[in-house]
Amino acid sequence: MPRYIGKEMSRVDGVAKVTGRAKYAAEFRAPNLAYGFVVLGAVAKGRIRDIDAREAERAPGVVRVFTHLNAPKLGQKASTEYAPPRNTREQDKSFRALQSDRIYFNAQPVALVVAETYEQARYASRLVKVAYDAERHTTDTEAVRESARAPSQGPPPKPRGNPEAAMKAAPVKVEAEYRIPVEHHNPMEPHAAVAAWAGDKLTIFDKTQDVYGVRAHLASTFGVPEADVNVVSPYVGGAFGSSLRPNYYPALTAMAARELRRPVKVVYTRTQMFTGHGHRPYTIQKIALGAEASGKLTAMIHTAVHNTSTFEEFNDNTTGFTRQVYACPNLFAPTLIVPTDLPTPTWMRAPGAVSGMFALECAMDELAYALKIDPLELRLINYAETDPESGRPFSSKALRECYRLGAEKFGWKARRMEPRSMRDGRLLVGWGTATGVWGAFQSRASARITYRADGTAHVTSATSDIGPGTYTVMTMIAAEYLGNRPEQVRFELGDTNFPRAPAQGGSQTTSSVGSAVHGAALAVAAKLLTLANQDAASPLKGAAAADVEMLDGRLRLKGDPSKSVSIPDVMRRNSLTEVTETFESRPSPERQKYATMAHGAQFVEVKVDPDLGQVRVTRAIEVTACGKIINPKASHSQEIGGVVWGIGMALTEATEIDHRYGRIMNPNLQHYHVPVNADVHEVETVFVEEDDKVVNPLGVKGMGELGMVGIPAAIANAVFHATGRRVRDLPITPDKLL
Amino acid sequence: MRPFKYTRASDAGAAAQAVALNPRAKFLAGGTNLLDLMKEDVERPDELVDLSRLKLSEIRAAGGGVSVGALAKNSDTANHPLIRRDYPLLTQAIVAGASGQLRNMATNGGNLMQRTRCQYFYDTAMPCNKREPGTGCGAREGLNRIHAIFGWSDKCVATYPGDMANALYALDAVVRVRGAQGRERTIPVNDFHRLPGDTPEKDNNLQHGELITAVELPKSPFAKNSYYLKVRDRASYAFALVAVAAALEMNGSTIRQARVVLGGVAHKPWRSAEAEAALAGRPASEESFRRAADAALAGAKPLAHNAYKVELGKRAVVRALMRAARLV
Repeated sequence: MPRYIGKEMSRVDGVAKVTGRAKYAAEFRAPNLAYGFVVLGAVAKGRIRDIDAREAERAPGVVRVFTHLNAPKLGQKASTEYAPPRNTREQDKSFRALQSDRIYFNAQPVALVVAETYEQARYASRLVKVAYDAERHTTDTEAVRESARAPSQGPPPKPRGNPEAAMKAAPVKVEAEYRIPVEHHNPMEPHAAVAAWAGDKLTIFDKTQDVYGVRAHLASTFGVPEADVNVVSPYVGGAFGSSLRPNYYPALTAMAARELRRPVKVVYTRTQMFTGHGHRPYTIQKIALGAEASGKLTAMIHTAVHNTSTFEEFNDNTTGFTRQVYACPNLFAPTLIVPTDLPTPTWMRAPGAVSGMFALECAMDELAYALKIDPLELRLINYAETDPESGRPFSSKALRECYRLGAEKFGWKARRMEPRSMRDGRLLVGWGTATGVWGAFQSRASARITYRADGTAHVTSATSDIGPGTYTVMTMIAAEYLGNRPEQVRFELGDTNFPRAPAQGGSQTTSSVGSAVHGAALAVAAKLLTLANQDAASPLKGAAAADVEMLDGRLRLKGDPSKSVSIPDVMRRNSLTEVTETFESRPSPERQKYATMAHGAQFVEVKVDPDLGQVRVTRAIEVTACGKIINPKASHSQEIGGVVWGIGMALTEATEIDHRYGRIMNPNLQHYHVPVNADVHEVETVFVEEDDKVVNPLGVKGMGELGMVGIPAAIANAVFHATGRRVRDLPITPDKLL
Repeated sequence: MRPFKYTRASDAGAAAQAVALNPRAKFLAGGTNLLDLMKEDVERPDELVDLSRLKLSEIRAAGGGVSVGALAKNSDTANHPLIRRDYPLLTQAIVAGASGQLRNMATNGGNLMQRTRCQYFYDTAMPCNKREPGTGCGAREGLNRIHAIFGWSDKCVATYPGDMANALYALDAVVRVRGAQGRERTIPVNDFHRLPGDTPEKDNNLQHGELITAVELPKSPFAKNSYYLKVRDRASYAFALVAVAAALEMNGSTIRQARVVLGGVAHKPWRSAEAEAALAGRPASEESFRRAADAALAGAKPLAHNAYKVELGKRAVVRALMRAARLV
C-alpha cells in the first residue's frame, strides 16, 4: 500500500510562501545592484528616426541609457539544447531588444534606463524622447485572414477520408464561425530578472518555467558556454505559459549588467507584461459538422486562423485535438497562421486545446440542437473507442465514466432540451456540457538523489513549480520510494546546477520529472542492494533490484519483508555516509503503440439575468480522467483553477487592440478583467482514476491544462440553453446578451 | 515617478493655501487614484499636500440631515449607522465600488475627484484632450465601448467612473469647500462635475486650491424606497457599464417624487429630469418605470461601440425603480 502517493498533502512550500521566505526573482539582491526600467515605443511598425536620451542621462542617479545606438549586438544562434514541449529545434528567433532601429510591434522596448534606484530609473524613462518614421501596420487578424497559410514547420495539414464529399452528402449539417480575442496570462508575479556577471560567467535570477531554456538562450545571446550561465528560479508566482520561452528581458538585463560591470535588475510593470511575453493568439475558427440523423458524425471540417508575428512563427495547434476527440471517418482540420504587427503569441494555459475545443464543443452543441439529440447523448454516440487519427488503442480512456458520473452528480437527466425552458425566479437557467481533452505527454528528465545514512534525502531536478505543487509531489514520490518521511526529503528545483528537466509546460512535469525522481529512488535502492550483497551474510543475496524496496531505513525483500538489512549498517560497512544517484527517465517505447491522452467532462449551470445580460456560473462539475492522482489536494486546486480560467475566458477576458494605432489599450488589471472571487460560485472537481501502466511508471497524465479545456464551451452552451442566444465570439459580456 | 515636494498640512486653511500658491500642487487624501495616475505619468504634480492629518473625517447629524467629512473613509461612511438608516442608497453605491481594501483607504472627497477610467487617458502615448489638451480624443473614433452616451463633446467622450457620486446626486447632496483665503462656499453636487465641452481637462467646478471639507446630505424622504444598481463586466471590482441610483418618495402607491441618476454614461453622474418628471404623480408600476426609462434614454447619443448602453440603460432604470419600489 502506498504511504503517500494518492493521499492528500499540504504544500511543502506553503509556509515559505505565506511568510514571505520564498524568494521570487525580483527579490534577489546583489551588491551594488542597479535598476533598469524599460522604455516602450509608441508606434506599431516603422523605424526609430531619432532617440534623444540626453535629458534622461542627466537625471539624478542615472547610470546609463541603453538604446539601439549603444547596445551591443546579441547573438541569435540556434539552440543546441532540446527545446520546450511541442516546439521544434530551430533558430532562436525570439525578439531581442535594442538590436536595431526597426519597430516590429507597438509598445516594443526602445530603451533601457539604468539608475541607482528603481524610482530614478522610472522617472528618467519618461525623459527619453523618441521620434519614429511610422509605416503602415496591420494588427487586425480579421483584415488579413485570407492570406493565412500553414506553418512552415511540421507536416502539412492532410485530410482524413473525403471530408468535402461526406459533408455534401450529410443529411444534417451545421456550420458556424467562432472567435477568440487575444488574451494575456496575467500571473500575479511580474516577470523579473537580476543578472550578475563574474568575468564571463553569468548568474541570473529569473522568473521562468524553463531554466535550461533560458540558459541556452543567454549562452547563444552572449556567445559564452552554456556551462558558464547559471539560471536560478526557485519560485514562480504563476506563469501559465508566459515564461515558457525566454522573453526579451533576461537578455536585456544581462546585457546591461555586462556593459556596466555591475548587477542589474529589471522588473516588468503590469503594462510591460502585455508586450513582454506573448499572448494567446486571436483565433478565428470555422467549423462544419455533418452527421446522419442518428447523430453519427460523418464529416468534420475545422479550420483555424490565428496571428503570429512578422519575425517569428507561432503555431497554437488550435485544431490538433479535433482529430482525436470523436470517431469520424472524414475530417480536415488545418491550423493556419498569418503574420501581424503584434508581438509573437505564445502558449497560454491549455494552448490550442481550449481554443479549438471551444469551437468544436459549441459546434457539437449546435449539432445536437439541429438533430434534437441530447448534447451528452450526441457525444456518447460519437465516442472514440480508439484514436481516430492513428487507429491506435488508448493507453487508457475513462471518458465514458466521466460523462456518466458528471451527469449523475449534476442531475443532467432533469435538463429540458428547449432553450429558455428553465428558470429560477426571473433568472434564466442554462445547463451546458462539453468535453475536455489533453495529451499525456512525457519528456526526458533527470533527477538526482542523495540519500544519507540518517534517512534524510536531498533531491534535485531543474524543473519549476509555477503553482501546481511540484515541490510537494516530488517530495511525496521521493519519500514513497526512499521509504522515509516527507519531512526527511528536501526537494530543490529551478537551478541549472541541477539535473536537466524540461520546461514546465504541457502538463508533463509529474510524468517526466516524477518518473525521474522515481527512477533515481529505485537507483538508490539498487545501489544499496549491491553494497549490501558485498557482505557474504546478506539476507538479500540473489535478489534483483526489482525485488527490493526501502522502508524506514531498511532495504527489504518485497515478497518477504522479514529479509532485510539496515541501510545505515550497509553504508557504515562500506565507509559511506550517503549514496547519490542520478537518473534520466525517458518516455517508454511502449507508448508508441498507444494513443496517450487525458479526458474530462464538464457540466455547467449558468443563471442569466434576461434584462441585464449578466451571466453567473452558479455551478460547475468537472470530472477528469488523467491517470493516477498523486496529491489529490493540489490536484483539486489545479482543476478548480482551470474552471476559474475557463470562466474568465468565457465571460470576461479580452485584450483590446486599437487597430488604428496597433496598440493594446487595456494593458492593466482595471481594464483587463480576470474573474474575481465573486464570479466563482460552486465548483466541484472529481477524478476518475485510471490504472495506466503504459504512460509512465507512476501512471500519471497531464491535468493542469485539462482543467480548463472544456469550460468555455460548456459555459457558452449553457448560455445558449438559458437564453436561446448563441454567442460565438468570446467573451460573453452583458452587451452581447441584450 | 517624477520628483515632487511632499508636505503635510496641519489645518484646512494651510492646506488650501499651499495648493493655491502652486499651480502644479495637488491635495493628497487616500491616494487610491492620484498615486496610481502619478505612477503612470498621467498626473504630474510637483507638490503633494497631504491631508491625512486634518480633522475632517467626522460623520454627524446636522440640521435634520447628515454632514459627512471629506476625509471620512468610504468604508466608514457606508457603514455608519446614520447613513445606513437614512441614506441606504449611499451605502449601496459605495459598496458597489472598488474593493474592501480600496474603500478602506479612499475618502469621500477624493471619490468625488476620481478621474475617468478612459483607456486613452491612461496611456501617455495616445492622444487625450483631458490629459493633454489639444492632442485630440483617442476614444471618439477608437475603442469606446465603455464611454459616454450623454453630454460628450468631440473633444472628449470619457465618463465619470465613480459610484458614490451617483447616489449623492440622487440625494441632493451639497459639497462644502474652503478656498485659500478661508472663504467657504457650498456647491450643490449636481453642479460639482462638468461636461467636457471644450475643456475636458477640467473635471469639476472647483477653483485650484479649493478644498472639499464635507459633503452635506439634506434630510431625505427616500430612505424607504431607493436602490443602487450597477451593471458591469464581472460580478465585482469593475467600473459600471451602466449604473442607476433610483429613489422614490411614495404616497401610498403613488410616486410623490423620484430621483433617477445614471452612472457610467456621461462625464458626470447623469441625473434625468425627464425620467423624474415622468414618474412624479404616477403609480409605482412597471409601466410607469418603462415610460421613465424611455424618457431617461431618449436623448442618448451613442458612439460606435456603446449603442448597447441605451437599451441596457433603459432596462437598468426599470430594474432599479422596480427594486426601489419593492416590486421585485
